[in-house]
Amino acid sequence: MTFTLNEEQRLLKDAARDFCREQAPVTRFRKMRDEKKNGRDPDLWREMAQMGWAGILVPEDYGGAGLGYVGLGAVLEETGRTLAASPLLSTAMIGASALMHGGSDEQKAEWLPRIAAGQAIVALAVDEGAHHAPGASALALNGGKLSGKKTYVADGHIADLLIVAGAEGAYLVRADADGVSRKELITVDSRGAADLTFANAEAAPLGGGGKLVEGILDRARIGLAAEMLGQAQQAFEVTGEYLKTRKQFGQVIGGFQALQHRAAKMFTDLELTRSCVYAALDALDQGADDIAEWASLAKARASETLHLVSNEFVQMHGGIGMTDEHDAGLYLKRARVAEGLYGGAAFHRDRYARLCGY
Amino acid sequence: MADLDAFRAEVRAWLEENCPQSMRSPLAAEEDFVWGGRTFVFKNPDSKLWLERMGAKGWTAPTWPREYGGGGLSNAENAVLQSELKRINARPALFSFGVWMLGPVLLEYANEEQKKEHLPKIVRGEIRWCQGYSEPGAGSDLAGLQTRCEDKGDHWLINGQKVWTSYANHADWCFCLVRTDTSVKHEGISFVLIDMTTPGVETRPIKLISGSSPFCETFFTDVKIPKGNMVGRLNGGWEIAKRLLQYERTNISGFGSGARLDVVDIAKTSVGMNGGMLADRDLRARIAQHKMFERAYALTTQRAQEEAKAGGNVSHMASMFKVAGATLNQERCELMVEAAGNRAFGWAGEDYTPEELGVTRGWLRSKGNSIEGGTTEVNLNVVAKRVLGLRDTQ
Repeated sequence: MTFTLNEEQRLLKDAARDFCREQAPVTRFRKMRDEKKNGRDPDLWREMAQMGWAGILVPEDYGGAGLGYVGLGAVLEETGRTLAASPLLSTAMIGASALMHGGSDEQKAEWLPRIAAGQAIVALAVDEGAHHAPGASALALNGGKLSGKKTYVADGHIADLLIVAGAEGAYLVRADADGVSRKELITVDSRGAADLTFANAEAAPLGGGGKLVEGILDRARIGLAAEMLGQAQQAFEVTGEYLKTRKQFGQVIGGFQALQHRAAKMFTDLELTRSCVYAALDALDQGADDIAEWASLAKARASETLHLVSNEFVQMHGGIGMTDEHDAGLYLKRARVAEGLYGGAAFHRDRYARLCGY
Repeated sequence: MADLDAFRAEVRAWLEENCPQSMRSPLAAEEDFVWGGRTFVFKNPDSKLWLERMGAKGWTAPTWPREYGGGGLSNAENAVLQSELKRINARPALFSFGVWMLGPVLLEYANEEQKKEHLPKIVRGEIRWCQGYSEPGAGSDLAGLQTRCEDKGDHWLINGQKVWTSYANHADWCFCLVRTDTSVKHEGISFVLIDMTTPGVETRPIKLISGSSPFCETFFTDVKIPKGNMVGRLNGGWEIAKRLLQYERTNISGFGSGARLDVVDIAKTSVGMNGGMLADRDLRARIAQHKMFERAYALTTQRAQEEAKAGGNVSHMASMFKVAGATLNQERCELMVEAAGNRAFGWAGEDYTPEELGVTRGWLRSKGNSIEGGTTEVNLNVVAKRVLGLRDTQ
């Protein structure tokens, strides 16, 4: 295992940081929200695709860069810093890897080049109730036709292609297929989502069965953890700057021990979580056989850390942190959604314990 | 890589031959720790053998240069050695303040004569060192120390008192911070080495809540030491003191990271399983959270080592590791007590196993982890000020 980025990965990360600062700062996210676009920013996705990000994982034969998860994770982390609203996780990480691992040659040939070009948006439909419970699926498959429902599908409202996870396997369903109806959800994080209903919708199974579903979900969890790490890092840095400039009682508030110690605690949590996320991404590139453990470790730690840092983001800013004008609220809202998506800390603690035999 | 593979094979074969079977099991009690030194009594003859063999290889201080008795290993080779030791659950051959704290600063600051004199004896566990830092009036504010060291021409004369001197009553030598200039604070401190058998040195053990006495009060009354026993320059001791604290903090945080009792094993036996899960679901969730914390901590140590190797300055991270390591160990001990139930409520006698008593004593001992080597509060101050740049005035 290594934590050191190679030349290619470092260049990718630097480029992503510059791009997000210049082309996708939080002000762009705020504008999208204010215009009630509910997560839609097709121009941004086009620009990201031009940067080659949609095809980072996609093999060169299918028009991608074939770079691997550490590189993609570095980009996701940077997009998390500025809350850039895009289907990067659902398409470049989840969609591409699902097809690479479970797609037939025909399916790969049909979808991977379009994914790499940014022309097809993919969404993963997994939960059927209010909580993450991938094992409890009531989907029914009859003669290649899928029936059932899925709740809170991230990017489900903008997707062209759906990866529908059932108890025994995953299926490709075109979002515009007969029998698919979607209800767009207006969400607290302004990213949007959809509830989906399938009534005898045409579905093409992916290979790999339940094991593939686990593999897709673990990639989703690790990718999301990388995005969350970036959010937490940015929230922490902005808070730190505020502590150094805001004055009360004739001094900067960062001089107060009560705040210093909480800041040091956040720093420690962030550093420890960073190691887990980077190790999990590296484990994916290494093809490790204990990805499930890495995914639960990364997602549980990222959820706990972001929970803490997003709350302190508001609290340490005092009154201004409660206003809509300040960015703290945007991070707080996205934080809770990201924490819950694909299983929160409690879900992954339970799963980690099970995987470790207790 | 091929070289490392060859090295791994070599290490594995050597350990197979040389690590006694009884040294391949978790350390249960503090009495199992081997500290070495002139007066050390080995509880188990195998532990003496294990120390002699590891010491002769220099593997008690694997990365120190060979010329000073060390193993001369690269960081990568040392990583191989440590993983092979872990693989067979090997107990640490030597617990040593000399290896963890003094040696690294001697390598950096001492003169050739001092290195040749002291380092090889540390490696072989022949001389046991103690740390003369804290004083009754200088704990968290260490630089306020008052123990005097006066220049008497052909020797130094030392008068004063140290406290919380770990194992001073068992130590052969003491590395000590002394005041050589009373007109300034930090710039009036020097770093000296004192033979504990010198007339005028007296130690008195302090009994702790765990029942053990790892710490002492140490008194110096007109103690004469040779001029050659000062490390670094006169009044230049604070820099060395701080550097040594970084090593100390890193090592306390990793203390007992070798083979040891596992909280999951205790919980499985004591609480029991139900449907493949620990029967107490609340405890189970907290154990899982703790285990993830432990793994995150270990990964971060590994990441810091990689960054250090790549030339990054990670010395400022010592305080972070100290706080996190202390928290981790205390959390672990609390969970073990909870998992063991009333089997952790024993104090002495035949009704409790040494392992059970070890859980109880270890739990009480762990309360010191967030105090010794700089309190958690002082270390959080260091992180806030030095790492995060948060200060009273900007």
